[in-house]
Amino acid sequence: MRLNVNRKIVTVKAHPLARLLDVLREECGLTGTKEGCGEGECGACTVLVDGEPVNSCLVPVAQVQGTRIATIEGLGGTHRLQRAFVEHGGAQCGICTPGMIMAAAALGRRPSLDEIRTGLAGNLCRCTGYAAIYRSVLASRTTSKGKGQRAKA
Amino acid sequence: MVLLRRRRAVGRNVLRKEGHDKVTGLARYIDDIPFDNVLYVRTIRSTVPAGEIASIHYNFDQAGFTIVDHRDVPGRNIVALIDEDQPSLAVTHVRHIAEPILLLAHPDRARLLTADVAIDYREATPNFDPERSDISFKAIAIDKGRLDAGMGQADVIVEGEYRAGHQEQLYIEPNGVVAVPENGGVTLYGSLQCPYYVHRALAVLLGLPPEKVRVVQTETGGGFGGKEEYPSVIAGHAALVAMKSGRPAKLIYDRVEDMLATTKRHPAIVRHRTGVKKDGRLTAMDIDVVLDGGAYATLSAVVLSRGMIHASGPYRCDHIRARGRAAMTNTPPNGAFRGFGAPQTQFAIEAHMDVIADRLGIDPLRLRERNALRPGDTTATGQKVGKDCTALQVLREAARRTSFSKKRKALEGSHRGIGLSLFFHGSGFTGGGEVKLASKASLALTERGVQIRVASTEIGQGTRTMHAQIVADTLGIPYDEVDVSAADTATVPDSGPTVASRTCMIVGRLLQRCAEDMRARLGRLTPAAYFKKHGGFVVTKQYEKPPGLEWDDDHYRGDAYGSYGWACDVVEVEVDPVTYQATPVSFTTVHEIGRAIHPMLAAGQIEGGSSQGLGYALLEEVVMRGGKMANAQLTNYIIPTTLDTPPMTIEILESPYKYGPFGAKGVGEMPIDGPAPAVVNALRHAGVVVSEIPATPEKIMKAAMRRSG
Repeated sequence: MRLNVNRKIVTVKAHPLARLLDVLREECGLTGTKEGCGEGECGACTVLVDGEPVNSCLVPVAQVQGTRIATIEGLGGTHRLQRAFVEHGGAQCGICTPGMIMAAAALGRRPSLDEIRTGLAGNLCRCTGYAAIYRSVLASRTTSKGKGQRAKA
Repeated sequence: MVLLRRRRAVGRNVLRKEGHDKVTGLARYIDDIPFDNVLYVRTIRSTVPAGEIASIHYNFDQAGFTIVDHRDVPGRNIVALIDEDQPSLAVTHVRHIAEPILLLAHPDRARLLTADVAIDYREATPNFDPERSDISFKAIAIDKGRLDAGMGQADVIVEGEYRAGHQEQLYIEPNGVVAVPENGGVTLYGSLQCPYYVHRALAVLLGLPPEKVRVVQTETGGGFGGKEEYPSVIAGHAALVAMKSGRPAKLIYDRVEDMLATTKRHPAIVRHRTGVKKDGRLTAMDIDVVLDGGAYATLSAVVLSRGMIHASGPYRCDHIRARGRAAMTNTPPNGAFRGFGAPQTQFAIEAHMDVIADRLGIDPLRLRERNALRPGDTTATGQKVGKDCTALQVLREAARRTSFSKKRKALEGSHRGIGLSLFFHGSGFTGGGEVKLASKASLALTERGVQIRVASTEIGQGTRTMHAQIVADTLGIPYDEVDVSAADTATVPDSGPTVASRTCMIVGRLLQRCAEDMRARLGRLTPAAYFKKHGGFVVTKQYEKPPGLEWDDDHYRGDAYGSYGWACDVVEVEVDPVTYQATPVSFTTVHEIGRAIHPMLAAGQIEGGSSQGLGYALLEEVVMRGGKMANAQLTNYIIPTTLDTPPMTIEILESPYKYGPFGAKGVGEMPIDGPAPAVVNALRHAGVVVSEIPATPEKIMKAAMRRSG
């Protein structure tokens, strides 16, 4: 089976009903995508399929053939959201972070606070109480390198 | 080379040490690390809450499987912690549903999952009611003054009963470990808070000398106490399989198993009988606490201890009698969860304070102002609180910030209510705990620079970052030049567990002392220059009791903690008159924590802990049916989402503690103590009297119906 993952075509050996989450982690070696619940409630496994956030634990791999799949690894390391999450405390234990960032990436470049709250409602974080995540996503709209260093908590 | 004074790190929001790895997906949690030749492990668990194992039937082809039962335990079949009551694998009897009996292991996960094992039991009658339990894991009595005398001075005596349910820690990464047989022993990698707890448990279980056991913490996706003692159980299981099979053994729970089988916050029943003067002054407090310990002792004794010490709240009262016990029931063992007994008992006292206020017709703010501990006052255990006691300041600041009194009047008669809670939290182990632990921390100068070596774990709270800030400023070197070792028992000393709000105040202080010594030895040289000239060295420091700190464990008298943090929450809640759902609409908290080493991380602890506290107050209901959690999945065990979490205003005050690093006290746990009573008090203000949490719509509806008759 051929998949387009992070703008690369990869060939994977997988049962058509295998969970996209397992194929990404085990066949593609992309372990940045996490499993938190396996039932589509926590959002830790969020990836983008044609730009839309999905819970990869609920998606059979056959369903995403011919689509563009994006995982946290596809953002590189200096994406505006990644920088902002580091600078504004959006990541604590980090296990929800890749899914959270992918869900935030689907919100476009200038989401409002309301759009962020609604857009991230399917991603559970047990550490932050979400406030630092909002600050991170809001800051990512305009953030520039180093600016967040002096940000007040 | 002359050292230049660098910009200070403490008090600044430096970048989190492992931040980049966490936002890029590079951080490796246990399930992300490949192991060759690995066996997957499955735990076969009891399906009855009490009984004797009659027979076990293996209804599958056992070829290729590794099967482990209690007879395969080479050492002692216990989970070594405080008591020795809990077997690693059940022998003849089971005391709760989901108790581990057997381990199956196979290289193919599909084969493993389809293997059918049937177990027959001779069932016994279970008990799920802690008040009816004859078995106490621990009983504690605190006496101050003479209760009768205090009650005699009272104008009014106010009684109340308060109940709190289980709460699941719900770290987003479930419990998981991999055990690798190595050098005649075992190396255990896993998601855990306390490497040396696991180390000891494995040595006892496997009958190995300590040097044959190595424990390495992998990046850990949240703990909140849920990875304090439980990893000793799961690590033991993986290690048994690894030792028997000679292959790496991987045991990672899925969410359902994690929720069914692992520890939760102890349910509590707390009763208060309080003597008060008409002006609100507390004259006597009679407190009774029952914690539901579940089937085995785990940490119940110390959870009860912290609960009891905090049970009378941050108040001055000369006559206190507090009695508490942790009772055995036939449910999965309860254990550590952020706050550790204090959220239950402070929920009770803080809800009770509003009952008292109502009874006396006094504003709840005034009642607390009258009774809040001031420097020089004594707590229930007779501890004289120091100059850093700021109960009154946090109370007044929170009231001022929220215009509490004005708002309270304005909301009168509406569907909204506003409530507050005043609370405190002792930093570090209770009583003589720190002396017994005698923790160590090391600081090494190596060719790669300065390295922190502690067993304290990073579980999201910012341990590595905060420790590096303390060391950087003490040494006068840049934060970026301080490296932090992995929490690996092969290379770090036993700094004690990462619990009890002790990682900054206690272990941070040890590191500060290490750095002071290292600084003296370096003279005017930079670490690199010194290394080039003289080579490397390691400084190790051990806990020393601050002068004057005394504790009598037999009578529960004396200095229960080195210091306390103080805080006040104010929450505004709206009750939907149709659905009876209560929604927090705003949340303000003022926390006094000595010194915020990293203000953003400290605020993160306060926001996150408060959010968990709001979940505890309103949403998080563990439904137990027949000793089994009936809602062991995220679909119907509800934790706060973005939409359930109100905007939060956090204010941090600093009143330095002399023996904390740069004045710091603990911060991790305190935030979870306050939200539940503040919410319940806000509900009371909105006309809904609830004395049991979580205050679900069902409970609120019943309360509203009681009111309207």
